[in-house]
This record gives sequence, structure tokens and C-alpha cells, in this order.
Amino acid sequence: MNALEQYIGLYREYREVVERNAPAALNALRPAALDALATARLPRKGQEDYEAIDMEAIFAPDYGVNVTRLDYDIDPTESFRCDVPNLSTCLFHTYNDVPHISATSRRNLDGVVVETLTEATANHPDVLAGHLGRLARLDDPTVALNTLLAQDGLLVYVPDGVSASKPIQLLNILSAAHPTMVVRRLLVVAGKNAHVRLLACDHTQGSGTQVLNLQVIEVVAGRNATVDFYDLEESGTDTSRVSSLFVEQHEGSSVLVDGITLMNGITRNNSHVQVVGEHASTELLGMTIASGHQHVDTRSFVSHNVPRCTSNQMFKYVLADEAIGAFAGKVLIKEGCPRVEAYQGNRNLCASPSARMYTKPQLEIYTDDVKASHGTTIGQLDEEAMFYMRTRGVSQESARRLLMQAFMSDVIDGVRLDVLRDRLHYLVEKRFDGTLAACTGCAICGK
Amino acid sequence: MKNQQDKTNNKAKQQDDILRNAVDEEYKYGFVTDIDTNVIPKGLNEDVVRQISALKNEPEWLLEFRLKAFRHWQTLRQPSWGHLHLPEIDYQDISYYAAPRKKKEGEIDPELMETFDKLGIPLQERKALSGMAVDAIMDSVSVRTTYSERLAELGVIFCPISEAVRDYPDLVRKYLGKVVPYTDNFFAALNSAVFSDGSFVYIPKGVRCPMELSSYFRINAAQTGQFERTLIVADDDAYVSYLEGCTAPMRDENQLHAAIVEIIVEDRAEVKYSTVQNWYPGDKDGKGGIYNLVTKRGLCRGDHSKISWTQVETGSAITWKYPSCILKGDYSVGEFYSVALTRNRQEADTGTKMIHLGKNTRSTIVSKGISAGYSQNSYRGLVRVAPQATGCRNYTQCDSLLLSDTSGAHTFPVIEVGNDSSIVEHEATTSKINEDQIFYCNQRGIKTEDAVALIVNGYADEVMTKLPMEFAVEARRLLSVSLEGSVG
Amino acid sequence: MLEIKDLCASVEGKEILKGVNLTVRPGEVHAIMGPNGSGKSTLSAVLTGNPAYTVTGGSVQFYGKDLLALSPEDRAHEGLFLSFQYPVEIPGVSMVNFMKVAVNEKRKYLGLKELSASEFLKLMREKRAVVELDNKLASRAVNEGFSGGEKKRNEIFQMAMLEPRLSILDETDSGLDIDALRIVASGVNRLKSQDNATIVITHYQRLLDYIKPDFVHILYKGRIVMSAGPELALELEEKGYDWIKQNND
Repeated sequence: MNALEQYIGLYREYREVVERNAPAALNALRPAALDALATARLPRKGQEDYEAIDMEAIFAPDYGVNVTRLDYDIDPTESFRCDVPNLSTCLFHTYNDVPHISATSRRNLDGVVVETLTEATANHPDVLAGHLGRLARLDDPTVALNTLLAQDGLLVYVPDGVSASKPIQLLNILSAAHPTMVVRRLLVVAGKNAHVRLLACDHTQGSGTQVLNLQVIEVVAGRNATVDFYDLEESGTDTSRVSSLFVEQHEGSSVLVDGITLMNGITRNNSHVQVVGEHASTELLGMTIASGHQHVDTRSFVSHNVPRCTSNQMFKYVLADEAIGAFAGKVLIKEGCPRVEAYQGNRNLCASPSARMYTKPQLEIYTDDVKASHGTTIGQLDEEAMFYMRTRGVSQESARRLLMQAFMSDVIDGVRLDVLRDRLHYLVEKRFDGTLAACTGCAICGK
Repeated sequence: MKNQQDKTNNKAKQQDDILRNAVDEEYKYGFVTDIDTNVIPKGLNEDVVRQISALKNEPEWLLEFRLKAFRHWQTLRQPSWGHLHLPEIDYQDISYYAAPRKKKEGEIDPELMETFDKLGIPLQERKALSGMAVDAIMDSVSVRTTYSERLAELGVIFCPISEAVRDYPDLVRKYLGKVVPYTDNFFAALNSAVFSDGSFVYIPKGVRCPMELSSYFRINAAQTGQFERTLIVADDDAYVSYLEGCTAPMRDENQLHAAIVEIIVEDRAEVKYSTVQNWYPGDKDGKGGIYNLVTKRGLCRGDHSKISWTQVETGSAITWKYPSCILKGDYSVGEFYSVALTRNRQEADTGTKMIHLGKNTRSTIVSKGISAGYSQNSYRGLVRVAPQATGCRNYTQCDSLLLSDTSGAHTFPVIEVGNDSSIVEHEATTSKINEDQIFYCNQRGIKTEDAVALIVNGYADEVMTKLPMEFAVEARRLLSVSLEGSVG
Repeated sequence: MLEIKDLCASVEGKEILKGVNLTVRPGEVHAIMGPNGSGKSTLSAVLTGNPAYTVTGGSVQFYGKDLLALSPEDRAHEGLFLSFQYPVEIPGVSMVNFMKVAVNEKRKYLGLKELSASEFLKLMREKRAVVELDNKLASRAVNEGFSGGEKKRNEIFQMAMLEPRLSILDETDSGLDIDALRIVASGVNRLKSQDNATIVITHYQRLLDYIKPDFVHILYKGRIVMSAGPELALELEEKGYDWIKQNND
């Protein structure tokens, strides 16, 4: 039996329970997902775009799924206090795949709607009908599987002209005593001239139990909307994460996605951006620091379907010990899309003899009047700079650390949220001097 | 203001027209030689493989090699991963052997002589360009090899591979299929089963081959595939520069060319392999043309050895070709310099693989793609640094120039690095031809068409300068001719 | 403080230093002059422990310690400073952070307490004045986008921060206009004391008008072929390096 079959079997057996505990908007998506899964196979290592990762192996463990929606005997807002000064956000917790929204969360939302999908089914059915599942592509079996099993999730809806002054923080906590797969779903809809900043923090509590976070995120950026989405993973070595992000950008919109992996087990992040309106700008940033047996695998796809847009991508990896990094990116500029400017960069540092990096930056271009380029490097720290620093009395270890931090600094500087940027500089510093492992709780708010 | 706008539009339209006209440029090597040809009827089965082997009086081991390859080929499917529209080829509708009939043993048909003369390939030694020995191959057999005797004095072997099988069986057997095994891919298996002729080169220890060696491939017969096989061995401290050229008649049907080139380079030896590929590309609507599906690979077996591939690709309806280097010896060096020009409905998917296995090995990749008309031009590359291959360096630069808004340029590099002491760099850009440059030329009285040729030649210069001189002249001319009218 | 005996060194298998002898005492200023390729920069690289160079013979004592056995950073902690001819740009590493680590690691080595953030910033402010280094430069990444003169000033600023016992100025005058030269030289002179020493490596006499040497040595083909007082530099300026070549070939 392949890994997919066990979950399809689970669905068939518990179909009634799954659907009873889920909103209609999600149930409506399941038949198509089931169809898509009928002939699907999870990609094996070595297949196109899966050069370094085996999806079958990630889903193979006998994970439990909380289909009956048993409530967890815990108050996440209690166990995760966010009381660090300076970072003022509207905070929403998701415990495994169950959203918990407290009354205080909704203070200062300035007209932004944050609801569970269940609530939204009643309050904003038109938004769900218009967008939920519209961007997610079921030809990826992991996305189809998420669609088949998701029972709740969050809607962030920013109506036309609404601008949220505070960032919205989504604190996602993974905690399980038995091997568990959580199925998360997020829909972000930003209307015309809407502005929103989102910060998702993924954490795993405890260790020793295999957990899998299977999530699908859909982001619609309307005309002249601005969406900044920071996605920070600071989980554990037993955590697997398969995350697919789908973005649709309309005219004049600006989207920034910054994916940061500081601690994890094995992670596959897919970003899929469709630019459908002119004068849109897209920024995809990624930062990975991996040591031990961490594995971070990124696939990005930006499709320019209209003229006069810009996209910029920069993914940086620092790999130590036996860590594995992979980056597969593609920029597509379709026929008849002049004046598109696209850049894709991937820079990597291998800091140990047994770290491995795979990279595959791709350009596919069908219009002549464009500027597209990509660059990738795999290398080590600059020896000359090392020596220079040592002559100033900086030890080899410190020099290494400083240079590694410096290597990451331009990606961190791309963060448009001041407090987060400073925090990231600090976290990265801690990550490089090896003290981050001691940090518990939300890394952004950490101790 | 509006006037200005109209003028600009007019100018753009003019440029487009000139570009489009380029598409109509005639292929000047498209004639057919009327010559008596021995052809094995269409179709492929074990009997055909045996027949080819028998026609060439081959030893038993080679027949065995062919049969094994054929049986393996039957288990394979035509690859579909290229960024190409390669149709399912009917392999039973192709003739696998065609040989111009000799009038008398040792004599060449004057028609044939004339053909190669027309192509500018001198087969009479007195006419030959100084410093170049030629092996001319028409359809499935080698027609004439010049200068063999003179080279033999140095111990250099340069002869048709069919002769080498007869005269140097041990050498051929030692190296054949060692770099490209018949199991390598679909077309390699096919070639291994039915290859007809090609060149064999052996440069003994310490010899620097004093002249360029060259083979010239010509497809003439209709409905025939060409499956040549080239094997080059450079022993310790040897050096050779090898050139390959090719043309074919204009025919409405597509013809298959599935060649293999294998190169083995021992300690401190160097092989420089240059190709100017000008197979018939089909007409402006994409009718006819050669399917050029080629496996080329070199093994830098010795320490400090070097292989350098240079290619100028302007022909073929479809090109599928990745001249590669396996850098096994420590400090060995691999280079790949490529210019690929596609126009009309041509499709090229070409690039290289650099496999770093030895320590401190170095590779350089420079690829320049130029797409015009409705063509698709892709760079596909692999740079792999094995964990034990410490201290390696790779630098890759691949640029694409688009001359029309209906063509495509694509870049598909894969990079894998397995240690922390190697450095790999890859840079790629895609852009339109620079209008400021064209205007600058216009202002100096150079018409747009010539300006484009100038700019494209400049763009390709880094690769062109890697070609041997006579060849570079030819390649530049070819590039300009191919661009004629191709202005944008 | 420094005693170099029969020092031989090579780079990429090529022997550059072929037996250098030199003694430096506290309070002294030594100038080492010589034509291009004589080994001047190799000497500074070997003394500071550049891993690209291999010591093939001889010894170097620094305050009684075997200098060649120390790592580059410990040499710095012991009080050796090199002002580089071509200072490296280190994008992303801020000057402040860089100097903070350098100063505190030295203090740790010497068994002193690390400086607090405010103490450190105060020190930065003080020392910046020595070379008239703009606060903006100090807050940028190390040498990144600095002009030639700014880089050299930044070197002297670091020297001021680290308070070395022996400073080697490697072609500090190259690429400097006269104003920058004056600022750099006055910075060096202000840092001079009875307890520290300076080795000035230079091709021209020019810098020595500003930094007065007590001794002048001429390095040629990997050996010191002539040593004398400051008048030697003037004589060399007058007669040119051909004079040295004629006498020593």
C-alpha cells in the first residue's frame, strides 16, 4: 500500500465524521480532491523537481488525523504567552489544526476579518465561495490530500480599502503524543487598496514524536493591495512540513513572501505565484539555516501572465553538518508579456564537508522584450575576509559566525517589519552560535 | 507627439519585417547528389543489425555488442523530457544503411568528389587546406580520409572506424562503449546497434598532433538515418584538435541523425573538439529537417587531462545534444563553449554535463543562445560535484538573446554540490537585442540587418574565439547568413 | 620586542624570503623599503600568519614568545597589528559589530572584563577622532564601498581601537592623496609611545616625511641588504633602486 492509499482509506472510512465536523465550504471541495487522488502517486526522490526529497517517505509513517475534532485539553493562549515588548500584533493561535480565537485577539483589527473557516461559512460565505480552493492546484497530490482532509482553518479577509495597522500573527503550535498529521488551511483575501502584514510562526512542542504539518495557503492580492507574509518555521527535528502557498496578484498589487527556516526536521515549501494584473510586484525571499540532519527543500514558481511586472527572488542557505538543502525555482514569462523584469537568485554556503546542496534555477521565456536573469552560487566563506578578521584578533569561530550572519543579512534586511527584522538578526545570531536550541516557545517572542 | 509615436511604431514594424524575412533565407547546402547508393531496405530488426555487421565484415565481438545494444534498445522508450516537440519516430520507416556505391575499389565517384567540393570540403590532398586532415562521411560510410599516411608516421591513427575495427581491433575493443555505454540512453542504444561509420582517432603518448583532424558528415540518401560513431583516444601527454562539420539536402521529410562521440583523455593529455552543425533545419514552416539526437561525452581519465567542447549549432529541425565531461582524473579540466542559433520553427535543447569526480577539477561553461522567428532554444545543464571531489571549481554563464517576440529562450540548469571545499557559480541572463546598440549602429550608417549581425557576432565572440581559425571564419559567416534578414 | 632570525618563506612553492634578520625594540620606528617583488608584503603576511604563505626556515620571537606558533588571532591578541595594503571588503558585517568582537576577544585573552555596550561606544567615539573617521563610515559594513583613502583611515582607526604593541603599516601611503596621507600619518604619530613600535613598509620616501623612522632597511630579493639611519631613505630617493640592484646583483 502506498502512503496516499492509507489516507484515502481513512477518508472513505470516516467520510461522514470528517464532513460532519467541517464547514460546507470545505466539504464542497472534497469530491474533486478525491478524483485527483484516484490516479495520483506521491513523487519519489529523483523525479523532476524532487531531486533531493522523497514525498512518499514523508507520508509513509502511520500518522493519526484528528478527524473527530477532539478538543485539546490545553489553552494555547496560556501555554504560549507573547509578552515581549515592541512586537505588537493581533495574535491568533492554531493548536495542531484547530484554530483558537480569543476575544482579545480581535482587538485592534481595524476592520480586518480573521475567522475560522467554520465561522466564515456563516459570516462571509461569498468570500469563501469566491476564493477557497480556487488557487490550490489539485494536480499536486499533497495539495489534494490536504483538500480531502482539511476540516477547518483560518480566513484573513481585508475588505477593500482596509489597512491593518498591526501585523496579524498566526501562532501555529504542533504538539502530539502520538504520530500525527495536522491538516492546516489558510485563505488570505486582500481587496482593492487593502494592506495587511501577516506573520506565521510554526512551532513544535516537545520532541520524540513524529509529526507532519500538511498545509495549504491561498493568497489573493486585489488591485493595488499589499500583502506581506512572513512564514517562520522553528519546529523540531521530528517535524515534517509540506507547505504549499498559492498567490494570485492583480493589477498594481505588491506581495512579499519571506520564508524562514531556522529549525526543522524535513521541510518542503512550494510557492506558486500567478501574476494576472499589470504593474504588480512580487518578492519571494527565503532563508534557511540548517545543521544536523535538517533538510529544507524549496520549490518556487512565478508565472508572469501579463506585461509590465517585476518579480524578485532571493533564497539563501547555510548548511552545516549533514544538512541537505534544495532549491528548484522557475520563472515563466508567457508570450505577449513585454517589459517584465524578473530576477531569481540562490546563494548557498556549505559549511561542512558532508552538507549537500542541490539547486535548479530555471527561466522559461516566450517574450523578447524582457529582462530576466538568475544567478546561483555554492561556496564557502571568503578566506581573505577570514584572515583579515583574524589579524584583528577575532577568533576563527567568531569570524565564521560573523561572516555567516553577514551572508544572511540582505535577506533579513528585506523584512519590512522593523521589530521582526531586528528580532531575526538576533535569532540568526543565536542560531549560529548554537544557543537557539535552548530557546523555547515562540521564537519571535522568545525569552 | 502622436507623429513621433507613429514613427516609432513604423520603425518597430520595419524591424519586425526584416526579422521575419530572415526566416526566408535559403539553406545553401540543400542539393541532392545523384549517385548510385546501396541501401538496406527500411525497417529494424536483428537481421538488419546482422546485415550491417556482415556488410562491414565485422568480427564476432562487435556483432555481439550490436545485438546486445539492439535488445536493450527494444526495452526503452524514446525520451520526452526535452523542451522539444519531438514526435514519436517510426523506427521501422527508416533505412539504417546507405552507402554510395564505389565504381572501382579505391576510387571515388567524381560526383562525390564534386559534392564535397561544392560543400567546400577538399578531398584531394593537393587542394586541401594546409594543416587539416579530413575524413568525409556520406550517409553510412567514410568516403575518403586524407593525410592518413603522413599522420601514421607519427603513430597517429586517423581512419574510418570500420577500418579501425579491422586494423586495430584491440584498441577499438578496449575503448568502444566505455564512455557512452549502450545502456546510456535510447539513442545511444540505437546507435550502438546500427552505427555504420565514423572516425577513429588515436594519438600516442607524447604526440602533439601537428594538424587539425576533421570529419565531415553528409546525409544524402532519402529516408535514411545517419548513425555515425566517433572514438577519440589521447594517450598520456598527447594533444589533438578535432573538427566536425555536417550538412544534409533539403527534403520534406524529417531525417534522423543519432550519433555518438566518445573521447578518452589520459594523463596530461588534451582534446579539443569543435563542431559547426549545419544540418538542414527544415523550411520556414517547419517542414522537413534533421532530427539531431546526439550523445557526446568525454572522459578525462588521467590527472591534469583536459577536454574542451566548442559548438556552433545553427542547423537541424530539432537538436538534442549535451556534450559532456566526466572529470575523473585529479586536476582535470572540462570546458564547454556553445552558440546555438534557432529560427523559423527550429527547436534546440542543448547544454552540457560536468561531472566532477576527481579532486581539484575545474570546469567552465559558456552558452549563448539566440532565438528568432518561432523557434525555441533551451540550455540544459548539470554540474555535479561528488563528495570526494574536493577543491573543485565551476563557472557557468548562459545568456539568451531573443530576436523576436514569438520565440522562446529557456534555461534549465541543475547543480549538485556534495562537499564544502568546492565553489560553483552560475549566472544567466535573458534579454532582447539592445535597441540602443542598433540605433547607435544606424546612426553610424549601418543598416539594421548588418547591425544585428554585428551585435550577435559580438555576443557570440567569447565562443567563436575558441574555434580553430579557419573554422571560426566559417562559423561567423554561417551565423551572419543564418541571421540574414533576421533583424529585430 | 621583535626578533626575526634567518626567516625564510615561500608562497605557492616559490621562495620569497631568503633569510631575513631584524630586531625591533619598544619606542622604535623601522622603515622597510625595497623595489617591487622584493618580499616586503610577504614579510608582513608571514608575521601576521597568512595561511597562504609557508615558513620554510628561521624563527620570530615576539616578547619572548614563538610568534610563528601562534594563530593569527593570538598574534593580534599579543599586540601585533597589520594595516593592510589592500583591506578586504566584508559586506554585511558592520564595523561596530566587527570591532566589538575584536576588542572583547582581545580583552578576554588578556584576562580583562568585556566592555559593556556603552563603554565600547565611548571607546569608538574617542578613537574615531584620531583619524577623523566619519561616524557614517563606522556604522557601515567593513570597508564596503569605502574609497581608497577611507579604507586606509579605517585601518588606522582599527589600530587605535586595538592598541597594538607593534604595528606594521604595509604600503599605507599607496593610493592616498596628500590630505589623506597627512591624516593617516598624524593618526599613527598620535598613537606612538615609548612602549610600542612601528614598522613602516613603503616603496617611496614620501610617507617617511610624515612618519620619521629611526632605522631604514632595504629589502632586496628576500634579504635585508642594507640598514642605516633615516638618511638612507633620502639617499635611496636620490639614487633610485637601480643603485641597490647594481650593488647587489
